[in-house]
This record gives sequence, C-alpha cells and structure tokens, in this order.
Amino acid sequence: MLAVRELELDLDAFEGPFDLLLSLVLREELPLQEVDLAEIIIAFVEHLDGRGELDLDACGEFLVLISALLELKARAMFPEEEAELAELEPEEAAEELARRLAEYRRAKEAANWLRERLDDRRDLFFRIGPAPLAPKAERKLAQQDPEKLAGALRLLAVEPPEPSTGHMALRFPPVSQFLDRWRTLLRRRARFDFDQEVAGLSRVEIAVAFLALLELRKQNEIAIAQAAPFAPIRISRADAERSLSWNVRSA
Amino acid sequence: MERPLRLIPTEVTPAAELARTLEALLVVASQPLPVAELSAAAQAAAAEIEQALEVLGERFAEGSSGIVLEHVAGGYAFRASAAATEACARLFEKPVEKGLSQAALETLAIVAYLGPVTRPEITRIRGVNVDGVIAGLAERGLIAEGGRENEFGAIRYRTTPLFERIFGLESLAALPRVDDLGDDVAQIRERLETVAEKRPA
Repeated sequence: MLAVRELELDLDAFEGPFDLLLSLVLREELPLQEVDLAEIIIAFVEHLDGRGELDLDACGEFLVLISALLELKARAMFPEEEAELAELEPEEAAEELARRLAEYRRAKEAANWLRERLDDRRDLFFRIGPAPLAPKAERKLAQQDPEKLAGALRLLAVEPPEPSTGHMALRFPPVSQFLDRWRTLLRRRARFDFDQEVAGLSRVEIAVAFLALLELRKQNEIAIAQAAPFAPIRISRADAERSLSWNVRSA
Repeated sequence: MERPLRLIPTEVTPAAELARTLEALLVVASQPLPVAELSAAAQAAAAEIEQALEVLGERFAEGSSGIVLEHVAGGYAFRASAAATEACARLFEKPVEKGLSQAALETLAIVAYLGPVTRPEITRIRGVNVDGVIAGLAERGLIAEGGRENEFGAIRYRTTPLFERIFGLESLAALPRVDDLGDDVAQIRERLETVAEKRPA
C-alpha cells in the first residue's frame, strides 16, 4: 500500500514527508496559511499517477487528512465566514476535529509500537494451534427400563400412511361423453362454433372434446371448417354441409 | 554381597515432581496455559504452581536451554530460544504475522485499545473502509467477533489471545498507556480553540 504519510513534498514553505508537515501544523510550528494545499494534492496525484494503479485505501486516507487540513486552513483564513461553513458550532467543530486528529494519531502511534514489538519477536518461534481436546466429562445416566426403550421404538416402527398421489392424476373424461354431447347438439342445430361450446371447460376437457370431434369426423357425421389458423372452428352436420354445397352449386 | 552403584539420587521431592508435571503439560499445550488451568490439571494449589513455574523459568531460560518458558497472553508457554531462530526458520513459517500491512497494524491497534469495537467505529477513526482489513485480521486469528452492539446489532471485534501471543504481551494491560501515545488530545484542542478564538465574535 502507498503510505500517504511518507509522501515526499517539495513546497515553498516546506520540504519533507507529509507526516512531518502534519506534525508541524498540529504543533503550530508551521502556519497553515503559508502552505499551498493545492501543491500537496498535485504531489499526491502525481505520485499516484506514477504508480500506475489506483490505491483506494491511500486515496481515502489522503482525503481525510487533506480535508482536515483544508478545514483548519479555512478556519484560520476566513474566521468571520466560518459560522456559515459548518453546521456545528465553531468550538464544537474545532473540538471534533482535534479529537479526530488526535484519535488517528494515537492509532498510528499504537500501530508503530506494535510494529516494533513484532520486530522484537520476529525471531522467536513457538507452537500455535488449537488446544488438544479436553476430555469429555463423564455423564452418569439413571437406570432405565429396557421395555421403555422398546415402547418408544414401537411407536416409531408403525408403518407410515401411504402417501396420496391423488393430486398427480389427470382426470380424463371419457370421449363418449362428448360424442353424446355433440350428437345431441347437432340434432338441435345444424352448425356450431367449437370455442363457444367449450368455453369454461378445463384444458383436459377441451382436448377430449376435440378428440370426440375428430371421431365424429372420421365417421363422416360432421364437417369441420376453419377459415385460417387459430380462427374459430366451425362444425356442421355432414348432411347440412352437403346440402349447403349443393345449394351453392345450384345457385 | 554386591550392591548396585547409585550415582543419581532417585528420590524426587514433591516440588520437583510438580515441576515435571508442569513441564509435561506445557509441552503438550499449543496455547499458553493460565495458572488456574495448570492448577486444576496438576491438582496443586496456585501458590505451589507459581513456585514451580519460577523453578521452570530459571531452567528454561534464554541462554541455558533451547526451550524458553515465557509468560504471555495470560498464561505460560514454551517457545524456541532466540539462538535457535535460524534453524527454526529453515523448517517453519510464521504465517500469522507475515506481511502485516500498516493499515492492518493501525486497525489492530484500534481494536486492541478500544475493543470490543464495531467496524463503523474503526472506519470513523481511520477514515477509510476497513472491511478488507478486518476480514484479513480475523482470518489470521488476531481478532475475533466479540458480541454485538445493542443499538443496531453491529458486530463488535476484540483481539484474541493469539494476538497477545504473537506480540508477546502478558495481557492487553501490557500495551503502553494511551496518554503516552501521540499528541495529547487536550493539547491539540487547545491549539484549535486558540485558532477559533481569533475569530471575531
């Protein structure tokens, strides 16, 4: 990771690592008004560009630090307008800022301490791993009647009920039912519309009704006509069709 | 009548016997053993255990033994002597601490000082997203989940005994005092307030 605080700066007012600049600013040994923050941003962006890859962690860290500096500088430069700059009371804001910077510095110092500690112990080897399992505590169970166990098992040994497959069966009405229906209908009317007659029936019933039609057609009892694919299917009595065609021819 | 020549006294004092038992326990253990556990296993009083540990500490000391007894992570454990480092390094890795980044150490420091602490709290202090770092530290076994925050149920993290072991800390109390680290918050606040005061009312 790109260490933001090790970023080398070469400014008019300051030359050295970013980290040192932060320390000097916080100790008020370097007036922030004299520091060109834009130069720092440019230095960081150039450094980032030189690396050829985007380090989001470093960018985030830099953003936090530079925005803290910008806020500090703004406070110092435009004291009158400051109240409009922040929602917090200036004293609160300053306190919050100080707290955050101090907190961050502490975390950083603690990290440095840990690093040194780690370096001290770098050369020491020891066994690490999960502890061997502790022996399980012996559990004393009360005397039990074997018949009780048998009883419990018997309850489990009952044959389970046969699972119902009723919902899986497709109910096909007999074709004959529709044969009768169509014949009855044709006795009353010379022709009818299939879709109208089967409206409200289930898919399976419609299919069986259609099979019945084919059966009637095979036995030459009816004529089936359809003007175009998916157009209504018209059914007429075979003799009616004949008479119609005869009428047409005779016309 | 011929008697066998005895050069080594075979009699063992109870204290020496206890020291041997502790040696045995420590050689089996892969984690530091607290006095309470040693006491329960060896069936001896804590005071006797501590006395025996003192004897062992002298015997297993840097410079006089390849095995060194150390007081770490709230317990006692054996480690290799510093003199054996090179030989150990030829045979063993140190996977837990290998390649810990600055970001990881800062996060670890925050967890060690403020733990149990939630991810958003760490993020606020470090100013960057710490999800990846947290996952890495948990995978290394240096931090672990330690309960949840009451209000929003965010997971809290704390350092593990392994963290203390790796960093050679007797306990978290062995960390330097917060006040000794970095700038004093009161000091910084004072300076900032001075800046604020320059502002006309």
